[in-house]
Amino acid sequence: MKRPLLLTGTASGVIACAFVLLNSLPGCRPSGTTKSVVTGDAASKVYVKPGTHDEFYNLVSGGFSGQLAVYGLPSGRLLREVPVFSVDPESGYGYSEESKGMLTTSHGFIPWDDSHHPELSQTDGIPDGKWCFINGNNTPRIALVDLGTFRTGSIIEIPNSAGNHSSPFTTGNSEYVVAGTRFSVPMGDDASRDVPIKTYKENFKGNVSFIHPEPETGKMSIAFQIVTPGVNFDLSHAGKGPSEGWFFFSCYNTEQAYSLLEVNASQRDKDFIMAVNWKLAEQLAKDGKGKRVPGKHHSNWWNERTHSSETTVYEDVLQLDPKDHPGLLYFMPCPKSPHGCDVDPTGKYIVGSGKLAALIPVFSFEKMQKAIAANDVEGDFAGIPVLKYESVLHGEVKKPGLGPLHTEFDANGNAYTSFFVSSEIVKWNVEKLEVVDRVPTYYSIGHLCVPGGDSKKPWGKYVIAYNKITKDRYLPTGPELTQSAQLYSIDGDKMELLLDFPTTGEPHYAQAIPAELVKPREVKFFKIEENEHPFAAKGEKETKIERRGKEVHVWMTTIRSHFAPDNIEGVKLGDEVYFHITNLEQDWDVPHGFAIKGAANAELLLMPGETQTLKWVPTRVGVTPMYCTDFCSALHQEMQGYVRVSPANSNVPLTALTVSVDAEM
Amino acid sequence: MRLLKTSLAKVTLVAGFAAITACGDGTASTPPGASGPPGAAAASEEAAPAGLITAAEITLGEIDQAMVEKGKATYDVKCQACHSTGPNRVVGPGWKGVTERRKPEWIMNMMLNIDVMLETDPEAQKGLEECLVRMPNQGLSKDQGREVLEFMRTL
Ligand SMILES: [Cu+2]
Repeated sequence: MKRPLLLTGTASGVIACAFVLLNSLPGCRPSGTTKSVVTGDAASKVYVKPGTHDEFYNLVSGGFSGQLAVYGLPSGRLLREVPVFSVDPESGYGYSEESKGMLTTSHGFIPWDDSHHPELSQTDGIPDGKWCFINGNNTPRIALVDLGTFRTGSIIEIPNSAGNHSSPFTTGNSEYVVAGTRFSVPMGDDASRDVPIKTYKENFKGNVSFIHPEPETGKMSIAFQIVTPGVNFDLSHAGKGPSEGWFFFSCYNTEQAYSLLEVNASQRDKDFIMAVNWKLAEQLAKDGKGKRVPGKHHSNWWNERTHSSETTVYEDVLQLDPKDHPGLLYFMPCPKSPHGCDVDPTGKYIVGSGKLAALIPVFSFEKMQKAIAANDVEGDFAGIPVLKYESVLHGEVKKPGLGPLHTEFDANGNAYTSFFVSSEIVKWNVEKLEVVDRVPTYYSIGHLCVPGGDSKKPWGKYVIAYNKITKDRYLPTGPELTQSAQLYSIDGDKMELLLDFPTTGEPHYAQAIPAELVKPREVKFFKIEENEHPFAAKGEKETKIERRGKEVHVWMTTIRSHFAPDNIEGVKLGDEVYFHITNLEQDWDVPHGFAIKGAANAELLLMPGETQTLKWVPTRVGVTPMYCTDFCSALHQEMQGYVRVSPANSNVPLTALTVSVDAEM
Repeated sequence: MRLLKTSLAKVTLVAGFAAITACGDGTASTPPGASGPPGAAAASEEAAPAGLITAAEITLGEIDQAMVEKGKATYDVKCQACHSTGPNRVVGPGWKGVTERRKPEWIMNMMLNIDVMLETDPEAQKGLEECLVRMPNQGLSKDQGREVLEFMRTL
């Protein structure tokens, strides 16, 4: 837990008190002294026999790694790290000529991000195993990972946004995923104006974007944005069942502070949950009630036929101003600095989690509708009606713990809330608002996950804690320890710790889904007949080499256990060489690698039937070896070749050689 | 390789490589005969493991030129990288004369059911011992396999 060291004036006194208070509370961790409480035969409950599969996929954000990690549950085994927002030299993602476009934005090529919230696509409010969305906080983007290939299929940039945190939560049929801006910023026509930061109240606006993924292709576009008062949006969830058609966003900094937010944005007793009537917004957008404002952004899409990215650049975006459209937005007061904003499986209740609150408020959708009908408001905030807290409240869970953060649900009417400050998971009954169980976590849990726990149909069985601090749980590795998740059984009356497992990056947020919903979708290889890459060589017969000015293009193939061609001559210093490599294999799990000495970018890892291009600029005269990096067969070490680089003024003819065994010798 | 042919003659293969070109059934080491190689029995009707193509499923008539051409096209994309149409091994055996050495159903099963063959068929296993590279499953349909077989008959 980082605390400020530099404070001025009266603010320091306020913070100092809070600091003492939080750290002197009983149960406040990490203390490093709490012993593991694994009891009984936990090991057998997480043991997955060799040759058998895990029951669930667990899709976990990589946080500052910018990636999405895939674990099996209950074993906690890492199955894959999917490159999303960050380049990946292992596969060439973001380095190959075809994939660079996935990471282009209106700011240029941005090869990293801070990815926070995976969200599974849904059908009828239930995860369907088709896609997993994930956000990039830094240069606001949303990505779609195709669960048929576990690859990034689409990335869209969000204009008029900064710190794309409250995203990408989905509607019940993934009509939309949303993106709320964490920072309010000058936007639209004001975006490029040079304004003083102290004019925050006047010039800074918030907004929430509704992004539509095309059901067939997964191509994403922004359907509309809704402009909001300048606050910070944190998390979000769509309504379901009776609350279908609404979206809820937690927001903080209703003080509209722009400096020392930890003090200045914690002044008010209550911030808000913003309720959005998205069905109405959709209708207004369709009826042409919005306004197109400047907002340049890229939408990148991975074409699995051409094995290449395609980019559409949009110059503007459709915005709806709630001032013109009463009934579009409402605020519900929520104590205090709310983070989580979670809708229970019935869709009747919305749970706010105030990071600085000592209770959990539960709102009733039905009461909210009645309050709207009766105009039961306590006033307005920058023109948006604020409904009366008591009128929309189902009730409060009193003294549940410290620092409530995020709530997920089981299928039996129970909620599980993570408590950052007191490092625990608290189970409580949604109707009765009574705490029924609690377990410690190690340490400073952020988010948690129940399989299907934010959908209409939780599968239950486990709750997984994603911890910010690891301290004494694993072998030390210098000052930095591995990040950590913990698996608990929720089958019985008492939650039971079964397993700690290390994670990559920061396991910020996660989703879990039964493996049976994903496994049948898996792509085993790309059909070579369907390969429409402009430089594909479908068979060794199509391999060739061609000079185009200073560019040398090589159509090359791989198969166990050779490249064709495997010798190239006539490349000159000053040339740019493009290796267009097609993997001719048509079987599951037979990638080939391609690496060349001195390559300044990366290697390639080519899946069966796929074509990718590595650009190589030779820097010296001589013979340069190239080889396969993926151990593909007993003759893998023989999978190699040479490129001869001649001086710029040489007249060595451009030649590609593969010497047939049937050739005359 | 468009530019291949002109540059071939000057290249010398290293001794080690030349020594293993006798691998598999691509050479004359397996005698052709009416009874076929012993391994072919594993693919015969009575002993065939589930899923294997049986002799009864394949009829060979006059060479069908249209099928040969389709087979050749498939060969170019999916087989040529490992099999020459001559006598010598590349990764797998050369195809020249293969239909005289192997029963049609054995060839078809090697193309379409390689995993079962490598598990159950002694001749397939012998080939693997010599080539040391598992024959890739190239995802051929049954029709494509049959067309490739027709192409083999012309070699
Ligand atoms: Cu290889």
